Amino acid sequence: MSDRRSRNIKVAMLARVEGEGGLEVRVRNGRVTDVKFRIFEPPRLFEAFLRGRRFTEAPDITARICGICPVAYQMSSVHAMEAACGVTVDGPLRELRRLLYCGEWIESHALHVVMLHAPDFLGYPSAVHMAKDHAGHVTNGLALKKTGNAIVALLGGREIHPINVRVGGFYRTPTKRELHALVEPLERAREQALAMLDWVKGFEFPEFERDYEFVALRHPLEYPINEGRIVSSLGLEIPASEYERHFTEEHAQHSNALRGAKRAPQEGDPGALKPYLVGPLARYSLNFDRLTPAAQQAARDAGLGPVCRNPFHGILVRSVETLWAVEEALRIVATYEPPDAPAVPVEPRAGTGVGATEAPRGLLVHRYRIAADGSIAEARIIPPTSQNQRSIEDDLWKFIEARLGLDDATLTWQCEQAVRNYDPCISCATHFLKLRRVEG
Amino acid sequence: MAAPRKPRLAVIKFASCDGCQLSILDCEDELLAVAGAVEIANFPEASRAVLRGPYDLTLVEGSITTPHDAERIHAVRRDSKVLVSIGACATAGGIQALRNFAEVGSWVPLVYPTPDWIQTLKTSTPISHHVKVDYELQGCPVNKHQLLEVVLAFISGRRPFLPSHAVCMDCKRRGVVCLTVARGEACLGPVTRTGCGALCPSYGRGCFGCFGPLRGSANTGSLSAVLQGHGHSHEELMRLFRTFTCGAEAFRKASELHEHDASESHERP
Repeated sequence: MSDRRSRNIKVAMLARVEGEGGLEVRVRNGRVTDVKFRIFEPPRLFEAFLRGRRFTEAPDITARICGICPVAYQMSSVHAMEAACGVTVDGPLRELRRLLYCGEWIESHALHVVMLHAPDFLGYPSAVHMAKDHAGHVTNGLALKKTGNAIVALLGGREIHPINVRVGGFYRTPTKRELHALVEPLERAREQALAMLDWVKGFEFPEFERDYEFVALRHPLEYPINEGRIVSSLGLEIPASEYERHFTEEHAQHSNALRGAKRAPQEGDPGALKPYLVGPLARYSLNFDRLTPAAQQAARDAGLGPVCRNPFHGILVRSVETLWAVEEALRIVATYEPPDAPAVPVEPRAGTGVGATEAPRGLLVHRYRIAADGSIAEARIIPPTSQNQRSIEDDLWKFIEARLGLDDATLTWQCEQAVRNYDPCISCATHFLKLRRVEG
Repeated sequence: MAAPRKPRLAVIKFASCDGCQLSILDCEDELLAVAGAVEIANFPEASRAVLRGPYDLTLVEGSITTPHDAERIHAVRRDSKVLVSIGACATAGGIQALRNFAEVGSWVPLVYPTPDWIQTLKTSTPISHHVKVDYELQGCPVNKHQLLEVVLAFISGRRPFLPSHAVCMDCKRRGVVCLTVARGEACLGPVTRTGCGALCPSYGRGCFGCFGPLRGSANTGSLSAVLQGHGHSHEELMRLFRTFTCGAEAFRKASELHEHDASESHERP
């Protein structure tokens, strides 16, 4: 057996994540000396080919960055374009966007909780293997996922790359009767979400907490999805338009990778940067008071406090957010009155707009500069997984050192699980992350 | 008597958004039955248990955009008895094939601060440009019911049975009023293969060609003439042909004709 105090752990291809990434950990004399979360997903260069396209094309084109969270890309892009053009979309259209996004949260969270993450806690290579012993829970999760997809398909036309979202609103809005068809599946989904949470709360969780700086949207009244100011657990509070003044992409010498970082200027080091965390843990911990009473109670029953610093509890928080999204969807369906028109007119003007929304995996920021004729002059897209990349590595760094007594196979699996805590979306991150790592 | 060996399924990804392979997991009602009928031998998005080839059926998502992937696809082919490419990226190069119309070297610095570290090819190409492909399933994304049909067909040793008519025909069948005739809107329905059931027109917007051109019979010139008659500019039509299946030959050629004519009309005084 190899010397446990000095070894390399390598996962060539991370499974049960969206996209292609790997993991490399180096341990020398009982100390972790290097951790690399490698991204080898090929570059697709969205920010380059968006230049010259019409501002109205951004929602359809950027949806193709990610097949798991296309609605998030559509929502951040339409909000950015509307900001650039000085238009606000309100009333029933705003509510329908929120409903569409709830559908994506339910679909994406149920996928991750049951199909991608739960197998780690129970020791199965996949949900299909897990289904042999836990068929009821897998079927329950699939039913929940199906209801999330049904919302996206009803409002968006189809589950993946919806076609009904446009700058200014929608192409066609549903009738009350069409939306009402969601009530029954959503009522069942409430029970299914509670059952999912009840199941995952019985899992064994490593004792592991981290002192993250949480970053998420915060809205005066709502649990945040489409709107709000960007806040952090250390007191930052800014409008989305100021995002790039406070956050940047770090070019770290040791890994030669681009990663999201918060500007933290200090005396003698004005360019200092630090990691931060976006995603369910951050959203929940900064907005617990905005959850519905039932979601708050379910969280408490699952043993969660109002702040959650254990990344392995992400599966619990996703389940709580799923329940919340089901309740929010039910509220919107119940109060819906169809709008007069499916979209408000949006005329282009020269300017810059920033849109920040809460993708299932966390804050997703789009910035566009458009010309007076409506063509895109510049595009910047900052997905959640890029922002979390440094936190993922920092988690591993701290997690591994306390577990060096484990054999290679067990430790490797636990490292993978620690990465999957983030539900990383590598397809999203890649148009932006570096691909070929220079060894040395 | 021993049970017959289950067909071994692999799902392999190249440059893409993951949406087409997600379509498999989106078959919520059928997923466990399909998983019971095959052996999931290599499907990293769903399982960390990866078995070595050969595989009876390999679904390939994504396009070829890097030197490494141009090598890797040959290894995938060698491991696969039947190879089916799924989605617009794998069958036409995807939206990232927009680079085929540009100088990709000038694009990389727009995204990455250290362009030297980026290894990327000048083009994004479909799987069929690199290896023999046994079947192509179009769509951005693929239709999950069509995907199920393809999987079931190949594991039972038959050809898939899928419609190949134009989106335009679906509008007629569904009674969707023609957006081009009634409202003068640009629509690729007459030259685009079905697969969506005329989804966009039924929501009141023109087709933008997710499922790619009709095989062999996409009369893009005639459609362009009609759309120009409704006042759509060459630039607009170039962009219309140049989205998610811009690498498919019929749409590539149509977009290049419009690009040429657009630059001519700019040059005219």
